[in-house]
Amino acid sequence: MVEPNVKDELFDTAIMDEEAVKGFSEPAQQERPRTWRLYWRRLLKRPAALVGTVIFCFFLFLAVFGPWIAPYDYEKQSADLRLATPTLSHPFGADQFGRDILSRIVVGTRNIFLLGGFGTAVAVVIGTAIGLFSGYIGGNTDEVVMRLLDVLLSFPSLLLALVLLSTVGPSNINIVFVVAILYIPMVARVVRSMVLDLKNKEFVEAARVRGETRSYVLFREILPNSLPPLLVEASMRFSYSIFLVASLGFLGLGVQPPSPDWGLQINQARAFFAIAPWVLLFPAITIAVLVIATNLMSDGLRQVMLPGGGRN
Amino acid sequence: MARFILRRLGFMVMTVLLASIIIFWATTVLPGDLASQILGRFATEEAKSQLRTELGLDRPVVVQYGSWLGNYVQGDWGKSPSMNTLVRPIVFERLSNSLMLAVVAFAMYVPLGILLGLIAALRKNTWVDQTISVGSLAFIGLPEFVSGLILIAIFAIQLNWFPAQSAIPPDTSFIEALPYLILPAITVALTSLAYVVRMTRSSTVDVLQMDYVRTANLKGLPPRKVLFTHVLRNSLLPTVTVVAIGIGWLIGGLIVTESVYGYPGIGRLLLFAIQRRDLVLIQSTALLIVLIYVVANLVADILYAVLNPRIRYS
Amino acid sequence: MAASASQPVFEIEGLCVDYTTELGVLHAVRDVSLAIHEHESFGLVGESGSGKSTLAMGAIRYLAQNGRVTDGSVRLNGVELLGLSDKDLRALWGAKIGVVYQSPLSALNPSIVIGKQLAEVARQHLGMDASAARGRVQEMLTKVAMPDPEAVMKRYPHQLSGGMLQRCVIAMALMTNPSLLIMDEPTTALDVTTQAVVLDLVAELKREFDSAILYITHDLGVITKICDRVGVMYAGEFMEQAELKELFKRPLHPYTLDLLGCVPHFDPTPQKRSLVTIPGSIPRVDHLPPGCIFAPRCGFVEEACTQARPPLVAVDGAHLSACRRWQVVPPPAEYLRAATEAVREVQTECVAREVLVAADDTQVHFKAPKGTVRAVDGVDLEVCVGQTLGVVGESGSGKTTVARAIIGLTPRTGGDIRLRGDSLALSTAKRPRSTLREIQMVFQNPDASLNPTRSVGDAIMRPLALLGGLDRRQARDKALELLESVSLPASYFDRLPHELSGGEKQRVAIARAFAAEPGIILCDEPISSLDVSVQGSLMNLLMKLQVEKQTSYLFISHDLSAVQHLSDVIAVVYLGHVMEVGDATTVLTPPFHPYTEALLSAVPLADPDVKQKPIRLSGSVPSAMNVPPGCRFHPRCPRNLGDICREQEPPWRVGEGDHRIYCHIPLDELARLQAETLVLDTEESA
Repeated sequence: MVEPNVKDELFDTAIMDEEAVKGFSEPAQQERPRTWRLYWRRLLKRPAALVGTVIFCFFLFLAVFGPWIAPYDYEKQSADLRLATPTLSHPFGADQFGRDILSRIVVGTRNIFLLGGFGTAVAVVIGTAIGLFSGYIGGNTDEVVMRLLDVLLSFPSLLLALVLLSTVGPSNINIVFVVAILYIPMVARVVRSMVLDLKNKEFVEAARVRGETRSYVLFREILPNSLPPLLVEASMRFSYSIFLVASLGFLGLGVQPPSPDWGLQINQARAFFAIAPWVLLFPAITIAVLVIATNLMSDGLRQVMLPGGGRN
Repeated sequence: MARFILRRLGFMVMTVLLASIIIFWATTVLPGDLASQILGRFATEEAKSQLRTELGLDRPVVVQYGSWLGNYVQGDWGKSPSMNTLVRPIVFERLSNSLMLAVVAFAMYVPLGILLGLIAALRKNTWVDQTISVGSLAFIGLPEFVSGLILIAIFAIQLNWFPAQSAIPPDTSFIEALPYLILPAITVALTSLAYVVRMTRSSTVDVLQMDYVRTANLKGLPPRKVLFTHVLRNSLLPTVTVVAIGIGWLIGGLIVTESVYGYPGIGRLLLFAIQRRDLVLIQSTALLIVLIYVVANLVADILYAVLNPRIRYS
Repeated sequence: MAASASQPVFEIEGLCVDYTTELGVLHAVRDVSLAIHEHESFGLVGESGSGKSTLAMGAIRYLAQNGRVTDGSVRLNGVELLGLSDKDLRALWGAKIGVVYQSPLSALNPSIVIGKQLAEVARQHLGMDASAARGRVQEMLTKVAMPDPEAVMKRYPHQLSGGMLQRCVIAMALMTNPSLLIMDEPTTALDVTTQAVVLDLVAELKREFDSAILYITHDLGVITKICDRVGVMYAGEFMEQAELKELFKRPLHPYTLDLLGCVPHFDPTPQKRSLVTIPGSIPRVDHLPPGCIFAPRCGFVEEACTQARPPLVAVDGAHLSACRRWQVVPPPAEYLRAATEAVREVQTECVAREVLVAADDTQVHFKAPKGTVRAVDGVDLEVCVGQTLGVVGESGSGKTTVARAIIGLTPRTGGDIRLRGDSLALSTAKRPRSTLREIQMVFQNPDASLNPTRSVGDAIMRPLALLGGLDRRQARDKALELLESVSLPASYFDRLPHELSGGEKQRVAIARAFAAEPGIILCDEPISSLDVSVQGSLMNLLMKLQVEKQTSYLFISHDLSAVQHLSDVIAVVYLGHVMEVGDATTVLTPPFHPYTEALLSAVPLADPDVKQKPIRLSGSVPSAMNVPPGCRFHPRCPRNLGDICREQEPPWRVGEGDHRIYCHIPLDELARLQAETLVLDTEESA
């Protein structure tokens, strides 16, 4: 008698992928949906990624319209409301200065998005430019550039940020620059690896054979085909930038008070944790939710746009 | 192979040198005139000038750098103004604390991470996989101060299983320090776990689709043999790299965690130095951390090359 | 090769396999049956989408997670395979069923030495311990003619050549003397000369082992070397099954007839004919026509064919056909004459002695850490106006590099390349627009030839604007004209590449190359990755366009029959140097260069009557870093003369019609020795 062997099932490795079936029949004259529609359809089939994207967009909305939506003035202190417990009128309670926590969190969203967002944007623009040129030119120039970027990557991120910020001082502009400097090498690497891959593809060679200029080849042939991994990397970088900005705030080297930086709020709330835990918990949970949502969205983007590969 | 190792070693040295330049520049050149900062803006020009000569600040920058680096390599790391002791013993004491924490965290996340990643890959697209994948995504990038504080809130304050702060005195033995290490280690492990899970899952999924796995199955080998002999041998290779690099981070990158728990590790020392603007301490600590990080990367590269027959015998 | 009259060893009856994908449930294989006896070899022929691999894998129950066998019966030695538990299946796999795969390098584990991987089979199924298993492995490796088996056993896969690896895989599959041996395109990834050696080996092993063989391939020529019975699959169903000679001499299904006509044969006459084309394209299994699935493309279709699907039945003894009208299917020779037309005459003389492109002692050397790679090592070529020069060679011959040097993608390191007498700059960046116009290229990989983010129309308009100086409206009109000339509908203008099939993409690439109105187009293996029927239509297209536009071609391929079909002059290249140059007609008759001789005898021709004397090369192509001294072919040459070939570079021997052979052996001597190498059955061709 043959019993169903449960153990065998656990280790059953006779698994192939859908991809194996892909080369199975030529599409002939059948039309397949255009790229962006295809991406959208795939995204709809992935609940986790969809949820992440929706939450992210919600936060984005808060970032843009925050100050107008927040129920109270985030700076307004009030002696009566000090450490007030959460109630209907103040759903998240109030902090040690009587400021409404919900409002501070809402307005603080803009902070995070601006600092992290701009930093990431600068990193993406500069990193892409470096990656494109270095990858395409190749040879010794490429080696040198990559070694220099490697030096930046040889620092644990937070350490480099701290060292730089401690010397130039933690102002908004400086934070944006530090975030950018930290992430340029990573973006450049991703773009460069795409360029190295595409550089030898036949359609790029066909462009050279037509006598296209170097910038045409880079910007009209290579770059449009590098967009999917670039977008994925950009959204991952943004997620890390939230982490970074919040951590800097926590360590006291982020945006200075009275600005409602989430990390800073958490740091200051530690002292009151025993008597008023919500002062710490709400900002903490907010950060957690935003980070998780952004991660889910990034990963969703990766699965949707790069179904064949896409390593971390 | 020997050439490969030598090349990598060469790059490593170059990288560390360039990093040391950045550190030196950031701490010495960038902040501006040190004498003014120490003596205050209202000190006389004469006093400042005298201090500058005393501190060796009137020499050209390159010479200052050279002398600093030379001293460093020989083990003379100077004296910390803010702590008023020699730098080196303090740094090494803190380093050993960080190592203890690193060991505990490593033991937590490496085996578990590999196991979860494997299960997720073998059960790809089932609810098990979804849970593990989404779960790990959630933890990547979750700041340690968030997870740390929540852990303290639950396990230290509510349940009282572990101490809420881990400010252990110097010369604490490993066994004595253990209860203080648990929560911080879990905090660290949560993030690193996610990386290991994802890397293992992704490389295992790749390997499972390879033709040689099909060959192994169609040879009639039992599933367990296919998994251990054919799949794991290849799929764990990238994981080794991630783990080795992680060790570097475990030692130098735990600034936030150490702050949350008040743990006297090397990260917290650096933070302290930054807050006090203690440049000597900043320089020595930062360079040591970079050195450890770079060495860990080098070890990862070499391990990968040694374990991969295609590179070993090319 | 009569099959044993007893029960078949392997039987498939009414098998149906489904796949569940993003697009729904695909019925990949529908109601398929076949039977193979002991010692018999069944050839399973089909193009892409025919379901041949799915059939084999489904029959032994190794399918992807989203594949399922939904109906039918599969019996091995009388035991039903469907419904067996995983454990019992695994007992069969490896023990009673052996599999040989297409790509031997990826079929073997890169981290385990060969000896150990092969020994696993012996230990698992033959109950041997480590040392007994080692012995068995050595025994098997000797049977597959592996030089120095002991050393090979200690190597890792990446250290061996493709041919050697495939022999290891064959040894591994036959170790247990399995009842069924499945070979899935085992020689497709190998060079022609290596393929010939492996095919010889398989034919020999067939006699020694008892296995029933299921041989899957798309190559009709290979079938003639190995198989006793053949089945032709199309879009998931069998169209025909018959004994080998029957199928080739008297096919009874229009699809088979067409397939036979799509394959270029060696043609020693000066007339260039077109190949049979099958209109339309292979249907997707989720969009099958009602009635006979081949009906939309069939030249003999009738109303009744589109109403009901005709079953596969025995129409003449053991000959099965799924065509209702099998009786009207004409014999191949007659059909070929009717369905093809003469396109042009071979142009052996340079028209008005105008040389368009000339390569003069061209060299392309690459510096590597361990030495210099002499990819192109002194090549002389000439292409005249309106002529096609075919360059044929195997891997490592440098044929692609020569083309890249001519077009300027890879700068040459020595020698000269001239266009209309003027020396060309080394790379594209340094050439003026007027030169770039003149030389264009069609690449090997259709999927990578077009920018995925650009529409078809854009791709064609760009060179019109850039090199032709046309404005937007003129470019658009011209692009539409070009689309028409490559037989693509105007509606494709706005499509993106991923919406096109491989053959269609290649047509767009051809249109794009012609857009600049070049004097010469370099075609680098443009058809190698396409289906047989698509290859045929593309070759016809290339010939037609050449006649219309009087463009020259430099046609590069490893496929000697295709090259001979298309070219006026053929150059045979080996390890960076030309071995022989001659007209397309004379290159088929002796004297040949010994390498050409080996190539001719190795090409598997889709004709069971052609006689090819087996001239085999030993070893494999040496690395271009270690080019042998003297005549670079001497270590492998079956007609090696000894010292002189090893020490001195050969002279160019010139025969009639400017036929040149690079060899120490004089031409008349060669002609005498080679009289029987290739005997074409002249009744069949022309």
